[in-house]
Amino acid sequence: MDIKLIDAEATAAERAALDHLLGPPTSSWEGGIRVPERDTRTAATGHAQRSRRHELLPALWAIQERIGWISPGAINYVCERLTVPPADAYGVATFYAMLSTEPRPSRVVHVCEDLACRCHGSQELIAQIEERFGGEGELSDDGSATWYRSPCLGQCDRAPAVLVSDASETPRESVLAPVTASTALAVLAGGEPPALVFPPLPQEDEPSLRLLRRVGRVDPVSLDDYRAAGGYAALRRAIELGPDGVLREVKDAKLQGRGGAAFPTGVKWEAVARQPARPHYLICNADESEPGTFKDRAVIEGDPFALIEAMTIAAYATGCELGYVYLRGEYPDAHRILGAAIDAARERGLLGEDVMGEGFRFELVIFKGAGAYICGEETAIFNSIEGFRGEPRNKPPFPVVEGVFSKPTVINNVETLVNVLEILERGGPGFAAVGTEASTGTKLFCVSGHVVRPGVYEVEFGATLRELLELAGGLAAGSELQAVLLGGAAGGFLRPDELDLPLTMEDARAAKTTLGSGVVMALDTTVDLPRFLQRIAAFFRDESCGQCVPCRVGTVRQQEALARLVNGHGRGDEVELIREIGQCMRDASICGLGQTASSAIESAIDRLGVFK
Amino acid sequence: MVEFEVDGEPVKVFEGQTILDGLRKKGIDTPTLCYGETLRPANVCRVCVVEIEGARVLAPSCSRKAEPGMKVRTDSERVRHSRRLVLEFLASSTDLSTAPEAEAYCAEYEAAPERYGPPAPPDPDRDRKRAGHHLEPDGLTAATVYAPVKVDNELYVRDYSKCILCYKCVDACGDQHQNTFAITVAGRGFDARISTEYVVELPESACVYCGNCIAVCPTGALMFKSEHDLRAAGEWDAEGQTVTTTVCPYCGVGCNLDLHVQDNRIVKVTSPADHDVTQGNLCIKGRFGFQHVQGP
Repeated sequence: MDIKLIDAEATAAERAALDHLLGPPTSSWEGGIRVPERDTRTAATGHAQRSRRHELLPALWAIQERIGWISPGAINYVCERLTVPPADAYGVATFYAMLSTEPRPSRVVHVCEDLACRCHGSQELIAQIEERFGGEGELSDDGSATWYRSPCLGQCDRAPAVLVSDASETPRESVLAPVTASTALAVLAGGEPPALVFPPLPQEDEPSLRLLRRVGRVDPVSLDDYRAAGGYAALRRAIELGPDGVLREVKDAKLQGRGGAAFPTGVKWEAVARQPARPHYLICNADESEPGTFKDRAVIEGDPFALIEAMTIAAYATGCELGYVYLRGEYPDAHRILGAAIDAARERGLLGEDVMGEGFRFELVIFKGAGAYICGEETAIFNSIEGFRGEPRNKPPFPVVEGVFSKPTVINNVETLVNVLEILERGGPGFAAVGTEASTGTKLFCVSGHVVRPGVYEVEFGATLRELLELAGGLAAGSELQAVLLGGAAGGFLRPDELDLPLTMEDARAAKTTLGSGVVMALDTTVDLPRFLQRIAAFFRDESCGQCVPCRVGTVRQQEALARLVNGHGRGDEVELIREIGQCMRDASICGLGQTASSAIESAIDRLGVFK
Repeated sequence: MVEFEVDGEPVKVFEGQTILDGLRKKGIDTPTLCYGETLRPANVCRVCVVEIEGARVLAPSCSRKAEPGMKVRTDSERVRHSRRLVLEFLASSTDLSTAPEAEAYCAEYEAAPERYGPPAPPDPDRDRKRAGHHLEPDGLTAATVYAPVKVDNELYVRDYSKCILCYKCVDACGDQHQNTFAITVAGRGFDARISTEYVVELPESACVYCGNCIAVCPTGALMFKSEHDLRAAGEWDAEGQTVTTTVCPYCGVGCNLDLHVQDNRIVKVTSPADHDVTQGNLCIKGRFGFQHVQGP
């Protein structure tokens, strides 16, 4: 170990938290007590010692969850254990919103202030907390709790939502949704967070469901229930077909990625399968952080074995032996349920050295994100997993050639992956028979905002926006639709007279909008649109990684111009300025975050006539 | 060789070379800020972007490898627009007063940073900004990266009000040159900044004072204390300086030193970036060990 440490000591609790994750140190070379006869005649340095960087974020999490914040002494010990320079570890720790390098109490209540929660009183909730508890970051009387504003927590179907993080020897995170001010204040006063009630699926009785057919109907952590409901038939079929057969079916199905970019999945898989470099890696992108998106959470919480089986098939077809589920840190229930399901699958030989006795190896691990929307960008995930700041990489090289650990990598969204089960059960052409010619299969939509029954809905591609809103019960009697936000903060607005838009990739593209991650947020006329846009602008400013100038500064300049418009200090050139900034961010940013950071705001100007 | 087209004219570069290599071969003036001859392209400033026919977005010419048949435009409206906006973004948020190159680019691209409003004052808490949180702006001033100057040692000064976050110092301190890893990019978004661990002062950090970060800094955010003090006193006279190339006397490696001399005193030491031995890098002795020459 040849790094310069900070002049600080880790506490016993900090050391214990890390040792619990990594095991006790084997020598003084990695932070243990010096035993001369053992440690003075060996040296633990070089590449082997420096190859533990990918354990950095889990190590920082271990400290954060146990202590509530990451002290200089704790970073020191992390760096000793993993041979990472302290400056680098600090750079990583300060990148993520859920990690703190400043003292924080053991209980932190993260209060969602994002788009869907705004439709359900989050601003009033925050005002109540400010009035009766105190401002953001202020401590409770006994110093044990505080609260912070948070971006979308992915609980938009039960808004408003808060996430309670309790740091302790047995760390716990609890979602409260829907939450009232009195509950939030009781939790801030030290009260026990009430257990979350999982609402039933809104389409519970719909027999035609495919992707959601088991959600809410089987015990999500029971492998027997999963098998009884048809589970693992698809993997059996995949093994009959062989890897090339699976690739053929996925290509015939014309499956497109459901994360927002709509890239053909079969093409991606085949490109990785053909790469001679080894090993290949599989990553499931479950860092669902687009405001208004919660479909992947619903799938993982309701049918985790489906994701595990689908990933096993993907790994089998593309030659991967290790898969990661990059799960956003704000999803404690999904983490717990998926973790239990992975353990159960491993125990029964459905993961591990010899999957189903068929002679192939596949191991699956959950990698917990730490509060960064940008880590939903595929190359940012690679950096995050490798223990670097979650900054996107320049493409090319593309992930299929150089992904995580610079190896060929398949990376797919949760929803994309679970579609593979349908493809194998129905056959590629059978799958493609549903939906439209160009958009095959069914699509999950996250319907939220001012609809009567918010939730995840599964419809065939081609259903219209109007039909979808009607499925969700439409708007409450007496309220009037002002606009629909389609695709999330990175998507765009539609007017009430545009509801006959068929929900397909091609129709959305033709209408100069996007389905994005499947967000359908209905806004009634009570929504103050300019303020709503300000929240979108603030979101992108907060979530920009800061790497490239167009996005780092552009998102700020966009927000300032909006502020002038809203506050009545406009100089007359703001709308033009927003367009110019948008053009630069779209053209010159490194990744999709900057490229779409102005799309919703510009669409509100263009389609809704805001600021006219 | 790879042949591609730039503004309608053919150009040939070696396999693996970038579009920028082709542009320079053709003598097409292309602004660069985060690009360094001796470093891997970070491609973060985006001031060198070009338009490639058929591509949805612009590409950074500094890192994009030339491909056969590629059709590149360097003079399109889209290219000029993005370059101008990037320069405006930097000039409106950063102090470019010791970055003459950047100022020249601003003039060339008619950047108008003042249209974003008067610059916001320095923020003493900039080093402690939390990721994902900010104070709601009123839009009356343009946010800046201005922060107090850091003078915590005798050798060099860090004035991050001038930092455009090009990543070059971090890369030079890290695995591309020095392997010291004393500094990092901390925080996120507009609050991202160069920092040591927990913002400790340089003498407490891993810094070995090689000064290789100063050598690559494109804006003068990192500066010899001697230069900083002369500038503060209004006595810095770049025009009146001579540069003498010599060989470092301290060890046998043979590093070339460029001694910058003003009024018969050494005011800073650099090494040529194209020198085989140093690639612009030095150690503390070559970089700063000149006091005895002019001592009492």
